[in-house]
Amino acid sequence: MRIPGALKLTFWKSVAIVLMALGFAAAVQRYAFGLGATTNLKDTFPWGIWIGFDILVGVGLAAGGFTIAATVYIFRIERFRPILRPTILTAFLGYLLVIAGLMVDLGRPWAIWHAIIMWNPHSVMFEVAWCVMLYTTVLALEFSPVVLERFRLRRTLRVIRAITIPLVVLGVILSTLHQSSLGSLFLIIPGRMHPLWYSNIIPFLFIISCVAAGLAMTIVESFLSSRAFGREVELPLLSELARVIVVVLALYFTVRVQDLMARDALQYVFTATYQSAMFLVEIVLGVLLPFGLLLSRRVRESKTGLFYSAALVLLGFVAHRMNTAITSMEHWPDRLYIPSVQEFAVTLGLAAFGFTAFAVVARYFNVFGEAPHVEEPAGEPEAPGVLPARAD
Amino acid sequence: MRGGDFAMLKSKGLLIDITRCIGCHECERACAEANGLPQDAASDLSATHYTYLRSFNNETVFVRRLCMHCNEPTCVSACLVGAFRKTETGAVLYDESKCIGCRYCMQACPFEVPRYEWGSLAPKIQKCRMCYERVAGGRQTACAEACPAGATIFGDRDDLVREARSRIDANPGSYVDYIYGLNEAGGTSVLFLSAIPFEKLGFPMNVPKEPIPDLSWRVLSQVPKYAVAAGVVLFGVNWITARRTDVARFEAEERRAREQRAGGSGVRP
Repeated sequence: MRIPGALKLTFWKSVAIVLMALGFAAAVQRYAFGLGATTNLKDTFPWGIWIGFDILVGVGLAAGGFTIAATVYIFRIERFRPILRPTILTAFLGYLLVIAGLMVDLGRPWAIWHAIIMWNPHSVMFEVAWCVMLYTTVLALEFSPVVLERFRLRRTLRVIRAITIPLVVLGVILSTLHQSSLGSLFLIIPGRMHPLWYSNIIPFLFIISCVAAGLAMTIVESFLSSRAFGREVELPLLSELARVIVVVLALYFTVRVQDLMARDALQYVFTATYQSAMFLVEIVLGVLLPFGLLLSRRVRESKTGLFYSAALVLLGFVAHRMNTAITSMEHWPDRLYIPSVQEFAVTLGLAAFGFTAFAVVARYFNVFGEAPHVEEPAGEPEAPGVLPARAD
Repeated sequence: MRGGDFAMLKSKGLLIDITRCIGCHECERACAEANGLPQDAASDLSATHYTYLRSFNNETVFVRRLCMHCNEPTCVSACLVGAFRKTETGAVLYDESKCIGCRYCMQACPFEVPRYEWGSLAPKIQKCRMCYERVAGGRQTACAEACPAGATIFGDRDDLVREARSRIDANPGSYVDYIYGLNEAGGTSVLFLSAIPFEKLGFPMNVPKEPIPDLSWRVLSQVPKYAVAAGVVLFGVNWITARRTDVARFEAEERRAREQRAGGSGVRP
């Protein structure tokens, strides 16, 4: 299904091409001259935005993958099926980008396979590495029917269909473990992190927040796709997701504040420091504001309201993970970190690559169409079967 | 792998008495020589400076910085490929042939000791090795050997703890009553004595007094339980929803069949 206009240069396409080119150039520079020459990382600040954004946020935004897959396959709420494939694609691409980011950030990327044979089960990073490997595989398999259909590989398709449920169950377990383990990474750094972010429940907070962020990402992605591909937005479905987001944000806020109170850290909120400002951005702009907005049915059922509220949820999520990884470790004047031009370039380039890859895959594969039910003609029994009976 | 395995061994260590240090920098010089590092002035620990003498109070007080060689090292537990190990001498060693360069050890170390070769295309972690080969061969560390003032002494950790205790007890006026490293992070092979409170000399005082690897292990050890529980719940839910779908389909078929039979007569009740 070649669609005319695929090669037409639009504004956003040009932006994406420029960003990808700059990111590629920065990555080449990093491999040619090393991390020291191209990043602002240093001995006192060994992790920057490639970890804080590309990895922590990238994985979080892919969380829609496990929530929507579980909704459709495990809870069998069939009406969400239309957004299943684009969400899985988002998650899969998200994970591929995480791996790409990792290859730039790691000091010895050629040794990455060591994680497979050199085990240290006492390391949270070990859990993270295995979650990345296994869940990327699961996402590839979850997305594979789209590719298999396209090339009419019926036998392989049947195998994948047969193992769908175990695959989705495995995906939910791995994904939640991965989200929580990214939080657990910080458990080992009690001394250096600001008390607004260090907590022994970081892994739990990371799971809750990623559910809201994954759903918000699904909403934003639906809107962007609707613009890019001239499709109607699945507004009723997205409004329903927004209701779930409201509940998750409320839970998140409660747990977060209770945790601050329990650790006697609430006092730091009003200290008028850089950290307290960043915290307020995270909580007020990124949690309370979208919570308030989405409480209103009018906002939930309006396209603009929904889009901007979801964007705010993403902002709050990005702020929380970046604050945990970066802001909480900064300390004036001896420990400051401002990413280098190359660090920004790689991060933006990867994001642009993600959008481009999504657009290309969506253009040439059946991502938005109804998944054709191959084996069972009675695939959707309720609708035709039940309704006429009630007309009695 | 965990520190407990070494409890039986006579672990070596260093006792650094800040009150005796004269600031001659001989430890830095000897360290660089023993490790084949450049002889230049250090401004902090770095990939080419395994120890660094920091001065306080108008260059009257000098404090060495070096790897603390924890009894249960955070880096050993943090490294996903097990590139760090606590050796029988007490030294914590790094093996670059395993390292993938994630720098989690640098992030995790409570004393911020591991340093990186930022300029290298095959960067390694660098830090004090407590002169592993020398010590294994029965000698003391280069820094202890070079110290003309006896400010850094080498010995069995147990003996050094006793020595530190007796120095404080013999001269309670000249020391703060605290052995830094006795309990920090569950205990370290390097111990410090000081006349000035440690927090005024840049020592991190909020380092937990328990082995830090426990902080992650408390969560990590729950992973198998979580995976099993989540699997059971998800398959359980799937069982229920699958059954519900089957029942709905069966009922629909029955109704359709009944309608067809009733519809044959053309009259509805």
